[in-house]
Amino acid sequence: MSTTIPYKPGKEPHAREHRLIFRNVDRADYDPSIDCYIRNGGYVQLKKALGMERQAIIDEVKKSGLRGRGGAGFPTGVKWGFIPPTNTKPVYLICNADESEPGTFKDRYIMHQDPHQLVEGMIISCFAVKAQLAYIYIREEFPEAAIILEKALAEARAKGYLGKNVGGTAYDLEIYVHRGAGAYICGEETGLIESLEGKRPYPRIKPPYFPAALGLYMSPTIVNNVESLCHVKHILEMGSEAYAKLGTPNNTGTRILCVSGDVQKPGYFEVQVGHVTMGEVINDLCGGLKPGRKLKAIIPGGSSAKVLRADEKFKLKDGRELGIMDIPMDFDTMAACGTMAGSGGVIIMDDSRSMSWVINNLNQFYAHESCGQCTPCREGSLWMKKISDRIVAGTASPSDVDELLRVANNIEGKTICAFGEACSWPTQSFVKKFRDEMIGDTKPELESKIVNPETVLAAANLV
Amino acid sequence: MSTAPTPVPASPPPVDLVNVQINGQWLKFPKGTRMIEACRQAEAMVPHYCYHPKLSSPGNCRMCLVEMGMPPRPTPGQELEKDEDGFAKIGWMPRPVIACANTIGEGMGIRTEGKLSEECRKGVMELLLINHPLDCPICDQAGECKLQEFSVEHGNGESHFREEKVKKPKNVDIGPRVRLDDERCIMCSRCIRFTAEIADDPVLGFTERGSFTTLSVHPGKRLENNYSLNTVDICPVGALTSNDFRFQQRVWFLKETKSLCTKCGRGCNMEISSREKEVFRQTPRENNDVNSTWMCDQGRLDFHFVNSEYRLTQPLIKVDGKHQAATWKQAIAKIAEALKSVKPSEIAIIGSGRMTNEELYLSKCLIRVLGVENFAVIPRTGGADNYLRADDLNPNSNGVRTIWGVEPGANLDTVFENITRARARVVLVLGENLMKAGLEARQLQKIEFLASTHVLANATAEQSHVVLPAATYAEKRGSMINVTGRLQKLNKAIESPGEARDDWEFLRDLILAVSGTNGLYSVDDVFKQMAGEIELFKGLTLSRIGELGLPIMETSEKVPVLEREKERKAKGVIVG
Repeated sequence: MSTTIPYKPGKEPHAREHRLIFRNVDRADYDPSIDCYIRNGGYVQLKKALGMERQAIIDEVKKSGLRGRGGAGFPTGVKWGFIPPTNTKPVYLICNADESEPGTFKDRYIMHQDPHQLVEGMIISCFAVKAQLAYIYIREEFPEAAIILEKALAEARAKGYLGKNVGGTAYDLEIYVHRGAGAYICGEETGLIESLEGKRPYPRIKPPYFPAALGLYMSPTIVNNVESLCHVKHILEMGSEAYAKLGTPNNTGTRILCVSGDVQKPGYFEVQVGHVTMGEVINDLCGGLKPGRKLKAIIPGGSSAKVLRADEKFKLKDGRELGIMDIPMDFDTMAACGTMAGSGGVIIMDDSRSMSWVINNLNQFYAHESCGQCTPCREGSLWMKKISDRIVAGTASPSDVDELLRVANNIEGKTICAFGEACSWPTQSFVKKFRDEMIGDTKPELESKIVNPETVLAAANLV
Repeated sequence: MSTAPTPVPASPPPVDLVNVQINGQWLKFPKGTRMIEACRQAEAMVPHYCYHPKLSSPGNCRMCLVEMGMPPRPTPGQELEKDEDGFAKIGWMPRPVIACANTIGEGMGIRTEGKLSEECRKGVMELLLINHPLDCPICDQAGECKLQEFSVEHGNGESHFREEKVKKPKNVDIGPRVRLDDERCIMCSRCIRFTAEIADDPVLGFTERGSFTTLSVHPGKRLENNYSLNTVDICPVGALTSNDFRFQQRVWFLKETKSLCTKCGRGCNMEISSREKEVFRQTPRENNDVNSTWMCDQGRLDFHFVNSEYRLTQPLIKVDGKHQAATWKQAIAKIAEALKSVKPSEIAIIGSGRMTNEELYLSKCLIRVLGVENFAVIPRTGGADNYLRADDLNPNSNGVRTIWGVEPGANLDTVFENITRARARVVLVLGENLMKAGLEARQLQKIEFLASTHVLANATAEQSHVVLPAATYAEKRGSMINVTGRLQKLNKAIESPGEARDDWEFLRDLILAVSGTNGLYSVDDVFKQMAGEIELFKGLTLSRIGELGLPIMETSEKVPVLEREKERKAKGVIVG
């Protein structure tokens, strides 16, 4: 299908791609204006949706099997169905555009190059869940995208797709762009809601604060990822049945893989979920590893996903045995291999990388981004960073590697939000899979010598 | 014991009960009970830091993580497996849950003991301690610190932490009465929630993030509301300490006495912490019909006069215009002689709304015995603050109404006029400073014989012919009726200095001296006699009042803090 669309030279989609969301990304003849969007069939699905029963839209999304593209992979239609049927409060929809998972860079292209796709997807979704006020919560680091979205919303308003009487119907809707202030935790939906309410983005405890029941201003709130909301438009366009035929069962549709790291041609690739294996991503889509290098490790779904080792073999419950290159890029197989498809951020690492350095880099990120609300993550994330700092600096002893793992185990499953897992899974998997290498970076002779630096300081002061 | 069937008391409205298994034992609890409260009732203590029943539950400390399970949801037609008690077998969840914010459900299982719960506590405890300064030897909280207590129970005993600790501000001046040490703070947010939810003065908050999170006061603001010291009480560690109590005494040397605050008509229940003859601090004591768990700074800090060097410690008799030390016997004889030397209409007695019921009763007896008509009580009002402080600043105005049968302030003008016009020749003043109540020295000088009881040396004492050293609230037992009509009890925390005595003892001796009848040997006897005479106290004894008091009068007075607490409890925001 992409053959008829002229793309910018050097930006043509790979033959294995299936462009749905990214159809207009890098097009030579495309701009973010509403006129361009309408010329290319934009807002047709909105008109169709406004003539449909709301429940019918929700059913279509449910039947499509669309799973959230933000990281957790939760079925979008099911999420919409969690709004209490007896609800009398206003319903809010929030587009989570706080794309901050390291290794992920898909939403920014949608917002930069095809903002109206998101706006149309949002209006349809808002109509379906009866939301009359919606927000796009965009991270501070996307100032350009915020301006583009503001402009797109103004254009849509001028055309009557937003504001009073959307598309000439009795339905009113307003969408606002809200800019974050630079915190990863605002991507966590309840943290995002707190931030939107003007508070520190401390994630809420669940129960009772499930957003679909007690979300923004204690009202039912649907929080969806940018890409997920765009898919809604395509589900209506194609029909849920045809959409569900894309991908594999329970892993339907397309998704955008963001490949970074040690490959010849890193970038974004929209593929049918599960139709491409890890090996094909590296060798076909990305042109293979850099010359003379060997694959060492892959983080397959954003920095929080557990790392995979190049020589690992995965025995699945259905009897399949997969090597790392055979893993299809879908939600369920990734989970079966002990990691996750997450946000689609694939980080490839070759043999030039020090795993101690990598985990230290990740620990640095999580220690910096922990919101500090609950004890295990607040204290543990910095502790892990400090230990891995020493491993990298060569001032750690072998037992520090196990200590690192012990701290990670004390965080996982004990925190208010999923950040606990996000920061402990990398450490757990790196220590498990690259233990020998990390121990190799330590010095056994320091085992008995290392004392608490404060004790040293205290002793120095006494002399 | 009688075998006759006792009448069934009117039963409270039925409450939905749910079955919960706690550490293997099935128990029933009212629906909606928080897991942590159910465990507490089952005597399975769940350690916690951030949870406070009077505040919202953010679930941030993670100390109360416990193992939880629910019966599996049966598929249609499926018969659930039952345990030996007949309850569906519990499907235990692999992950722990916080006990503070979750409510119980039918068939739920909770394990506060066992591997998972214990591992969680150990882990959280370790993490709380890694950046904590462990400066217990110089920390005021030591001895009543939850971090100390729980690390003894759940800690490692040894630190695995080999890194440098996070450095944060110390000795931060955040308000006139409260001091902050950020390194000790465990970020439980209790103080933040108190200032926002109870005191309506949200000046505290966190800045920075992650391990660098720092409690701080809002730029340009101070924690200076009249309830600020409650944050010190609820701080589980030594992060917030009281400027007043700081470094004054190790808490394990202190003796706690359950008593009342007498600084206004609310009668907030409190504990007086003392060592030997000295009071060191006063802290609120929970009473959900009076003060919840809070108290105002003004009330709790107003105790330094108890240990003041201006305390009167022996009776004084004025000889040739100069006070000379005397014995109680001499002083009382002198007063009795003066009272008997004039006509009842020439005597005036001025009482205080700060006197206990027992003192009021005995002074009323004296008034009756002497046939005095010139008596009044000095009123104090204007304290209401829409939180705890009552408009009436006398702690026992309802006692005055009940026992003296007068309104505080009634007849006061007449009594004062009689003094100014020298019609009152003998005046007895009980615990009040007349010069603060509006009289001047030259007016007092017109009195032929002025006797007064005082705690501290003051201008009225200066003018008195006989001065008696009185006991403070911290030195006596007795009862008072607060503004809501609740009869409550004061308890003696310390001994009075020198020869200072309880007013009731002096009044008894004075009655004996003027009328020759008596038979009262203890303050309990006074109450007993009073209960025989006054309908409101019928059937009561001083000890029967109990630590939380008894409602004995109907008043329309509401406690703003309690009203708001009830509302929040009804909404399920707090446990209450």
